[in-house]
Amino acid sequence: MDKAKLSIHDITVRRRETDILRVPHLEVLEGEVLAVIGPNGAGKTTLLQVLALLEKPAKGEVRFEEQPVRGRELKLRRRMAVMMQDPLLLRRSVAENVATGLRLRGVPKSERRQRVRRWLERFDVAHLAERSARKISGGEAHRVSLARAFALEPEVLLLDEPFSALDQPTRESLVEELAAALSETGLTTVFVTHDRNEALRLGHRVAVVVGGELRQVGPTAEVFAAPVDGEVASLVGAETVVPGRRIAAREGLVSVEVGSQVIEAVANGVISEDVLVVLRPEDITLTIVEDRSPASSARNRLRGTIVRITPVGHQARVAVDCGFPLIAVITKQSLEDLGLQPGQEITATFKAHAVHLIPRERAVPTEQAAGRGL
Amino acid sequence: MKRVFWLVALLVTLVAALGLVACGDDNESKETATPEAAATATPQAAVTGTPQAATSTPVVRSGPKDVILATTTSTQDSGLLDILVPVFEKDSGYNVKVIAVGSGQALAMGQRGDADVLLVHAPGSEKALIDDGSAINRRLVMHNDFIILGPEKDPAGIKGMTSAVDSLKKVFDTGSSFISRGDDSGTDKLEKSLWKKAELDPKGKSWYEESGQGMGATLQIANQRDAYIICDRATYLAQSDNLDLVVLVEGDPILLNVYSVMQVNPDKFDLVNGPGGKAFADFMVSDKGQQMIGAYVDKKSGKPLFTPDAGKTYEEIGMKTPFG
Amino acid sequence: MDLIWDGLREAVRIIRTGDYAIWEITLRSLLISGSAVVISLVLGIAVGAAIAFNEFRGRNLVFSLVNTGMGLPPVVVGLLVAIFLWRSGPLGHLRLIYTPAAMVVAQTIIAAPIVTGFTAAALRNLDPRLRTQLYALGASRLQMLWIVLWETKLPLLAAVMAGFGGAISEVGASAMVGGNLAGDTRVLTTAVFLEVNRGNFPVAIALSVILLALIFVVNLVLTMVQQQERM
Repeated sequence: MDKAKLSIHDITVRRRETDILRVPHLEVLEGEVLAVIGPNGAGKTTLLQVLALLEKPAKGEVRFEEQPVRGRELKLRRRMAVMMQDPLLLRRSVAENVATGLRLRGVPKSERRQRVRRWLERFDVAHLAERSARKISGGEAHRVSLARAFALEPEVLLLDEPFSALDQPTRESLVEELAAALSETGLTTVFVTHDRNEALRLGHRVAVVVGGELRQVGPTAEVFAAPVDGEVASLVGAETVVPGRRIAAREGLVSVEVGSQVIEAVANGVISEDVLVVLRPEDITLTIVEDRSPASSARNRLRGTIVRITPVGHQARVAVDCGFPLIAVITKQSLEDLGLQPGQEITATFKAHAVHLIPRERAVPTEQAAGRGL
Repeated sequence: MKRVFWLVALLVTLVAALGLVACGDDNESKETATPEAAATATPQAAVTGTPQAATSTPVVRSGPKDVILATTTSTQDSGLLDILVPVFEKDSGYNVKVIAVGSGQALAMGQRGDADVLLVHAPGSEKALIDDGSAINRRLVMHNDFIILGPEKDPAGIKGMTSAVDSLKKVFDTGSSFISRGDDSGTDKLEKSLWKKAELDPKGKSWYEESGQGMGATLQIANQRDAYIICDRATYLAQSDNLDLVVLVEGDPILLNVYSVMQVNPDKFDLVNGPGGKAFADFMVSDKGQQMIGAYVDKKSGKPLFTPDAGKTYEEIGMKTPFG
Repeated sequence: MDLIWDGLREAVRIIRTGDYAIWEITLRSLLISGSAVVISLVLGIAVGAAIAFNEFRGRNLVFSLVNTGMGLPPVVVGLLVAIFLWRSGPLGHLRLIYTPAAMVVAQTIIAAPIVTGFTAAALRNLDPRLRTQLYALGASRLQMLWIVLWETKLPLLAAVMAGFGGAISEVGASAMVGGNLAGDTRVLTTAVFLEVNRGNFPVAIALSVILLALIFVVNLVLTMVQQQERM
């Protein structure tokens, strides 16, 4: 059984007479990356601040390693690190900025210097060490902020939309660097983002916060594949998200084993062995099973059974079991035309281009996998 | 490194500040480098309570060492106290705080018990303090006189007149420019009493201006404006080099400026330093003190500024009653 | 104009000969006003940080009070302090009247609102998230305050300059509570006042020149520090 590094019990956060966040229970497990997603103003940042012991809830209790934090907040804060949206560097040199947290925590001078140098190099900003923090670019500032957080060698790392202020390419490369660093260090991490792809990329588990409430929490794939209500569904895009294993790759085509099926995807670059396969429901075409399969360019044709049909306005959401759960969305018109019913045998068709692969470096620890059916 | 420097600077300033505050109540006997004027080996007067000593042995054994002397700015400006006070401090061991303000304020301080001893020269107003018991033991110390100064041209034609009151009448009739202290000081009170005797009220007249300031400053104003002004002789002598004004009327007994010393009543006010106040008052009328007063001359003219009067009665020096 | 030339010449003579106890008076001016500014700084930082960082009901009222305090007529402050410290007043038994300590008190009351106002404004301008980030880095409240003050060093220096200017140029209150006693509580401003009253204008001008020079030097030093930090 995994230990909960941090846990929340029945907390309410109040601001100016209103409850802005209410969470009956949430755990952050040792070694995992917990992604927190939700619309703006939902309370994600507040949740992170409660976990970071920066905000005291009006009611309820936070526990660190099963012990209540009351009275130990400062000590525990010094075992964690927080990276916020704005790097908020001080008016000193880059090296001094990275050293600040270490100095506050009483790390001796020689070790401070070592750690500062190591992490500045790790995030490629060692050449800026002596420069004034006010004279570096936005992207460089974010790297310094990363270095500052990692240099603390914390037991828990909390990040609040750390890259949302950056342009797309910079953002993507920083996400990759963060992924690598997280995988190296095995840090327990809480990562708030409004970008679902980042959540997919980094999170082992996902917590969905909507309207000041924790709507759903669970393994990433599960939450994305099976949102618990409409709001969560729109947040996650109601996509098909399943884990898979790359079994072959040639000529720009990758074969991925998902359950008992094999899916072909167009993929550039190196793909890791463990992947998440993501399919958008709009990309899936349903055809009635026939003896003669029409020739089509779509490389993926999977036979399955309709499990459930949910009308959504003028569309219908069709859940198909092809050995793994697949979500397609079709027009109501098509639904009627084809006369689809639950239990019916169906073929789900989609192009190799429609398959979105997300690499997973960190093999999730087997106990976790067993415990949560990944 | 820079941080350390600033921290140290801060610390130094803080320590200095603390030092200042701690030493705020300065009880040491002060020795300013003013030589004892003419007082040589004269035996001290038999001032009760003060043991005779050829060498100056501080006599203060218990109680506060500070003595607050309330006096007037003109007295301080004459420079007399710069000579007398250090000698007294050395002899007695007391530390005198000379608070020089307007006559009105000095007397008010006496009535509130905010001073220990008063050296003032407004006899008419001093009566009130004796009557209500705020001050005790009023004694005549010395006198000098007031003079009426004016432009050499003398538009009011008062030069040489023997009656101060009459000369003011002429100033009034000719509407000549006149500057008054207007600050309730001894000089001011005298001036007001002269107008009263002349049964004239100059207030509000265009040629009559009140400065509200000390004698020195008011003299300068009169000088700039070629105006008439009543001034004490000491201040005039001290400033005569800077002035174009000349002495026009002097010698009238009514122009006497009489200085008395009074002790603030320690029975009426808790915090008053009774022994200290008494010691200073005694010193002012002692032989030694009186001798120093008589020997004090104006630097430029060499003329004595005050006439020592201790032991005489007020009537003897020309006043109608002890309070004017 | 002659008066000013005479004054300048007299100033040089006084400095050379040390007449009028000029060095003692100058040092005393520096110490008294310096102490007042240091105390004001401590008060100003404490109060300024409290009102800048905390939201509470009467916050705007407190801000207006501080701003009003900046415009307090020094002579009124002097009168009020004197009334309290006189023997006839409630604090008479402290025997502080006519001592340098009393002058420090009066000058502190005059300088404190200035320093507090500047400090509060400077701290208010800080990004509130910075404080959160500092707590997250592991700062205690005191450490956070120290770092934040270091970040607002420039406006704080301005506060010190303004406060010092207010304190050292003060004459009415200092004379009233100090008594302008030679060798005890006489400072440059009260000495100027005294000499003007006596009609000794060359000396008064000389002392004024020295006072101006002192203020200039102090401000020069502080400004140099400020400029260095800006780089």
